[in-house]
Amino acid sequence: MTIEMTDIVKTYGMNSVEVQALRRVSLSVAKNEYVAIMGPSGSGKSTLMNIIGCLDPPTSGSYSLEGEDVSTMKEDQLAEVRNQKIGFVFQTFNLIARSNVFHNVELPLIYKGVSVAKRRKIAEEALEAVGLADRMKHKPPELSGGERQRVAIARALVNKPSLLLADEPTGNLDSTTGSEIMSLLDDLHADGNTIILVTHEPEMARHAHRIIRLKDGVIESDTASSARAKRTA
Amino acid sequence: MIWIEAFKMAMGAIRAHKLRSCLTLVGIIAGVASIIAVMTGISVIQSTMEQEMSVLGSTTFQVQKWPAGGFNNNADFRKIQQRKPITVANANAVRERVKTADLVGAEIWRFGSTAKFKDESTNSNLWICGGTREYPPNNTHYVEFGKNITDEDVRVGRKVVVIGYQIAETLFPFIDPIGQVIRADGRKFTVVGVFEEKKSAMGGNFDNYLLMPVSTFLRIYGMRDERRGGERSVNMTVNAISPELVDAAIEETRAVLRLERGVGPREEDDFTIFTNDSQIRSFNQATEGVKIGAFVIGIVALVVAGIGIMNIMLVSVTERTKEIGIRKAIGAKRRDILLQFLLEAIVLCNVGGVIGVAVGFGLGNIITLFTDFAVSVPMNWAVIGVTFCTIVGLTFGLWPAVKASKLAPIDALSYE
Repeated sequence: MTIEMTDIVKTYGMNSVEVQALRRVSLSVAKNEYVAIMGPSGSGKSTLMNIIGCLDPPTSGSYSLEGEDVSTMKEDQLAEVRNQKIGFVFQTFNLIARSNVFHNVELPLIYKGVSVAKRRKIAEEALEAVGLADRMKHKPPELSGGERQRVAIARALVNKPSLLLADEPTGNLDSTTGSEIMSLLDDLHADGNTIILVTHEPEMARHAHRIIRLKDGVIESDTASSARAKRTA
Repeated sequence: MIWIEAFKMAMGAIRAHKLRSCLTLVGIIAGVASIIAVMTGISVIQSTMEQEMSVLGSTTFQVQKWPAGGFNNNADFRKIQQRKPITVANANAVRERVKTADLVGAEIWRFGSTAKFKDESTNSNLWICGGTREYPPNNTHYVEFGKNITDEDVRVGRKVVVIGYQIAETLFPFIDPIGQVIRADGRKFTVVGVFEEKKSAMGGNFDNYLLMPVSTFLRIYGMRDERRGGERSVNMTVNAISPELVDAAIEETRAVLRLERGVGPREEDDFTIFTNDSQIRSFNQATEGVKIGAFVIGIVALVVAGIGIMNIMLVSVTERTKEIGIRKAIGAKRRDILLQFLLEAIVLCNVGGVIGVAVGFGLGNIITLFTDFAVSVPMNWAVIGVTFCTIVGLTFGLWPAVKASKLAPIDALSYE
């Protein structure tokens, strides 16, 4: 199992005012699954995604990622997990604006401690894979939205993560570019990557093979999507 | 994370905010430049002073009625004024009895003479020195043309002079001065020699005096000092046989003079003995205060600049909260962020430091443009300056960097 979550609770707020964003959520994701997490705003899907991404620790419950218990890890250990096991794709791309495309993509490798020559090779390959080999020296503000998101995907992939976490990856893109990005994710899934997609758009969620619906901090439904039905048919 | 990467990131951040970085640097530059400028200035003066004060030979010391430095107060002045003058007889006693010394000279100085040869005349600002044949070696000012005065000249009181290079140039632009008769203060003297040229940056003029036998001097000008009143006092220069014997010679000379001048066993010396070293030391002591002052001002400026650095780094951390979040999300550890922001502060300070050192060297050497002072580049102060900048960067960059490193990844990432 890639993800094994049991009874995850996340409580926000202090003193008397407490908000339970997640109430005893249990979830498993196997290798090479393509899962969409859906739900209206306030349903807890962002919270769940942050916990899956090891950006935020759960208040209680256990979470193991590839057999490793991450729910009790310290901040620097979590940084290492994020660096080596998780690739993030954000709605707002989250690239460093004053660094060029190449540097953005090699950054996770720098934090991992990879040598200059190896970094160059891996980052160039990743940029080639997303079709941006000719834009390496450009800075993010000089690129279109779709290009920026592809840079972010290249950055997410350089450390060969066990899990690709995409949070509304098409939210800031027009529909044509959006579907380009979605088919890129489809290809990555076909290559063997495990993908978790957070979205509120049913159309995007249809790319996934399994759809988890959250409501008020609990899992409302967990079903195989029509895409899977179509493919298996 | 590797240091080189953190350094590159720091440089990138500084370049991205050029104007802000430059303004922050002004404080650092001012602080470092003020220290370096004063230290360079002092070192310029010092190296020249040392050279010029080293008129005495390395094995020579001087005995005088008046001390080399100034007086601490009026009481000191009066006490010294009451000292008996040092006499030619004192010098003769030292010459005879101090076995560790080979050359003992006696000199009396007088200012305000004029020398003339035919129609040529000098200004009335000449020094006249009544001395002995030991004068040139003991004062390392040698006779270049002709010959020195002799013991015979002193014993007989001949009217012969050795003239300074500048006097020779003024009075004898076209002919050989040796053997010519000049008039000094109206009296006739035969020129027997010309001193070598000895330029001076400090204003003391070593090319503008003439040397005559001390006996001749006393016969003409008398024992009474026209200006200070009282009897003229002799400057005695004593040369030890070898460098190892300088201290012994000083002690022997002291003993002979105390006996000769009737100083009681409990009384302090009624004369002053000094060497080049002791003179240079007292000059260095005088500049110590200026150095400390400049250092304190520089440190205060650097602390103020450091607070500026801290301020700008705090702004920078707040501004780049999102960036910190991104870095943490993709795997930056606390120390990676800490190192990045700390290096940014240190690099910023050191860029200022290097510019400050360069500006300081420039300012400190300005004086050499208008004078004969030698240019000085005290590299040890450059090292100290840059080290201080590193410390300032480290000290004032630490808090903002710690603050940045402690940001929770999710909070930083969702910061707008």
